Amino acid sequence: MEQILALAKKAAKEAEVFEIASEETRVKFESNRLKQMRTNQSTSVALRVIKDGRIGFATAAGTADRQQLVKDAVETAAFGSRAKFKLPGDARYPKVDIFDPAVESVAIKDMVALGEEMVAALTEHTPGILCEASVTRSVINVRLINSRGGKAEYKKSFFGLDIEGNLITGTDMLFVGEQESSCRPITDPRQVTDPVLNQLDRAKEKAKSPTKLLPVVFTPNGVASALVMPLITALNGKTVYEGASPLGDKAGQKVFDKAFSLRDDPSLAYRPASRPCDDEGVPSQKTPLINKGTVRGFIYDLQTAALAGKKSTGNGNRGRGSLPNPTPSGLVITPGKTTFDEMVADIKEGLVIEILMGAEQGNILGGDFSGNVLLGFKIEKGKIVGRVKDTMVSGNVYKMLKDIAAIGSETRWVGGFLQTPPFYCKELSVSSKG
Amino acid sequence: MPQIEEVTQSLAEKLKKGKADYLEARFEETQTSQIVYRGKVLESIGRSTASGGNVRALVKGGWGFTSFNSYDGLNDRIPLAIEQARAAGTGKSHLAPVEPAKETVPSSAAKDPTTVSLAEKKRLLDEYNEIIWSIPQIKTSHIQYSDGRKKVIFMNSEDSFITQERADVTLYLSAIAAKDGEVQQVLISTGSLGDFSKITGLHKQVKEIAQNAVALLDAPQAKDGEYTVVLDPFLGGVFAHEAFGHLSESDFVYENDRLREIMELGKQFGDKHLNIVDSASDPAGMRGSYKYDDEGTPSVKTYLIREGKLVGRLHSRETAAKMNEKPTGNARAVSYRFPPIVRMTNTYIEPGAMSFQDIIADIKEGIYARKMYGGTTAMEMFTFSAGEAFMIRNGKIAEALRPVKLTGNVFNTLQNIDAIGNDLGMNQGGGCGKGEQMPLPVSTGSPHIRIRHCLIGGK
Repeated sequence: MEQILALAKKAAKEAEVFEIASEETRVKFESNRLKQMRTNQSTSVALRVIKDGRIGFATAAGTADRQQLVKDAVETAAFGSRAKFKLPGDARYPKVDIFDPAVESVAIKDMVALGEEMVAALTEHTPGILCEASVTRSVINVRLINSRGGKAEYKKSFFGLDIEGNLITGTDMLFVGEQESSCRPITDPRQVTDPVLNQLDRAKEKAKSPTKLLPVVFTPNGVASALVMPLITALNGKTVYEGASPLGDKAGQKVFDKAFSLRDDPSLAYRPASRPCDDEGVPSQKTPLINKGTVRGFIYDLQTAALAGKKSTGNGNRGRGSLPNPTPSGLVITPGKTTFDEMVADIKEGLVIEILMGAEQGNILGGDFSGNVLLGFKIEKGKIVGRVKDTMVSGNVYKMLKDIAAIGSETRWVGGFLQTPPFYCKELSVSSKG
Repeated sequence: MPQIEEVTQSLAEKLKKGKADYLEARFEETQTSQIVYRGKVLESIGRSTASGGNVRALVKGGWGFTSFNSYDGLNDRIPLAIEQARAAGTGKSHLAPVEPAKETVPSSAAKDPTTVSLAEKKRLLDEYNEIIWSIPQIKTSHIQYSDGRKKVIFMNSEDSFITQERADVTLYLSAIAAKDGEVQQVLISTGSLGDFSKITGLHKQVKEIAQNAVALLDAPQAKDGEYTVVLDPFLGGVFAHEAFGHLSESDFVYENDRLREIMELGKQFGDKHLNIVDSASDPAGMRGSYKYDDEGTPSVKTYLIREGKLVGRLHSRETAAKMNEKPTGNARAVSYRFPPIVRMTNTYIEPGAMSFQDIIADIKEGIYARKMYGGTTAMEMFTFSAGEAFMIRNGKIAEALRPVKLTGNVFNTLQNIDAIGNDLGMNQGGGCGKGEQMPLPVSTGSPHIRIRHCLIGGK
């Protein structure tokens, strides 16, 4: 890395080298049986240069040819966008616990046992179900140096469990599933299987949904699959800078229900989304985005912040080494006071939505969402009575979150990036073939 | 950087001597360029190179797989994969026989995009972007261009040694219009197997998407409910791929007895005029085309539905053996970091005899849906979003609508296709995702098709 930086500094005014290396081990179950064991080793290096005020960029995965990498980056700089930012110099980073050496020493046979326990929990509960499951452990190393003396390095461990069950009866197909991840080993598979057993219990009976406006409860998975994408897009500093965000000119204004608060938090201990700094070497910070219904902030990387006349919020994310983009780390929605059971009990006729399929396909910028209920349940007289099928739900995130019936008290992490309680919405448009 | 040819030479013999039921190795070299515009300015431009490989082993029905991009300790990779396979295997290995092949397949690129200068690429994209911005009420635009070359060397313990090269280019353009807090976008998503000239000369279409995005700001929303719907070739292709194609991927089916019953060959799935094909070999030169898949199996043309009957499905060597069918050459991996799984290639509904006019002629009130935002599926259920929609009234295309979303059960929908046009169109912009592996280059196609009783949701 140091050699790449030295070479690049000869050809360009500023330079930054970012390296990410990972080792991953995974055991995979298919059709209820152990099927595959896998290891992945990967290293990639990204070089960003600023030459004549313009940004050039190149990456190399595997054994990098240093000269070629520098040449590619410098060549693209001739066409690159104008660099408005300064690379950060030497900085102090907060201490964030994201590495547990115990992850690396989880034995393969223990990973297999975890997978077997997950599969057994589902197959014993529901004979005939076919499960795919995996247990993953990995360690990543991130290193970054730049021509202004900036330097960052950290190590992160990851442990993940996931299971998906598929039950076919006649031509009817039922999908259930859950996942859980942490920077520490997960030893209790029930963290993943209990919610799935719950889904299976609720799906035992079939129910019909009418075509009309109905109150809807979104579970944490439901919130993630239907509501979050439009918000992430609108709170992205880049969308705001372009003038395309419906929230862009609403900073300081109350746009949502006062029960709704959302922040970005990369500092939570042992969460896979946490880190001491972002991928540009900017120290991690907690960023309030929506506070009691009022828009409080947007997320920025260095370049977007400089263009917009703001400061980076430490959200420059580069995946496996691409150019940085403003991306949330860990999104946290503040829980409310109503339990899930209280929400259901409150509804005479309505739906519970666990997974809405295709919700991200609509007009995300406008806040519209709609999708097919892949897993959802009917509520009648305060009780979940069975699973609904062939049902579409549509609405608008902005209209819906302006006036919410309740936000739940029980939160859960979904997909490693969002901690959310259930949401209880007063009414959404539901259309169904019954 | 060591060339993968050098790295692989020593490995071929070692694969044959490994103590496993089957062993293979796959090495890959790629060079890609990407250019992104957001709004009026070029936002990012970059180049990437990558090189890496994997070894996969099969022992007693269990698979071991190890991928790497450091070639240090390469010799330990074969024993590692075997050890992993042994730990996973408890039954019997099944692999359909495939004739070993030794062949080098060069890139068929007509105008290789990787040989076009950055300046020329930028000039073209600048032209497109200026056209979008010339339309009043356009709020912003988004352009994503990428191209690349890829060389893959495949070898296995059965003495296959195949080198394949390909070049790929994709272009995504979106025009976003806004007024009074309303936002609408229309897009073009296209590509080619290595022919840069296929993405040039789109100036007229680019102007149309910008104009259409603006027009949508004032368009009404369709009322939710059941309609007779006509899909254009773009959306028909999405339906063939998303709704039906994924069900033909045998890795879903082969160990799932109940799904095997549903997908029993010979069952009538649609009307006599319905034919659905997946083929990496014919038509050639599409983004989903290749000669050998990532298990070294030659590609063939596979009828999935012929005259309305289910007659075939897509296989890897393992699924073919387990179902006692012939391998179809559909085992594909998105990169060296993943083992091959059963995937589609070029998937399309074959054209029939009807003209577009005849298809809409007897529709009193229906919807004509064109282009797409996206589509997803979960076995029998599908949802896809049209990019543009129009009412059909009394056999004529009437007012434009806000984009609609179509959803339904694939088995019912296939039965409800009652007219098939004579105008097959293939879309080259597709990138398919399955599990953790995406985007995989595919193409999809269809003529205009008519579907009765299709559920439409707005927004």
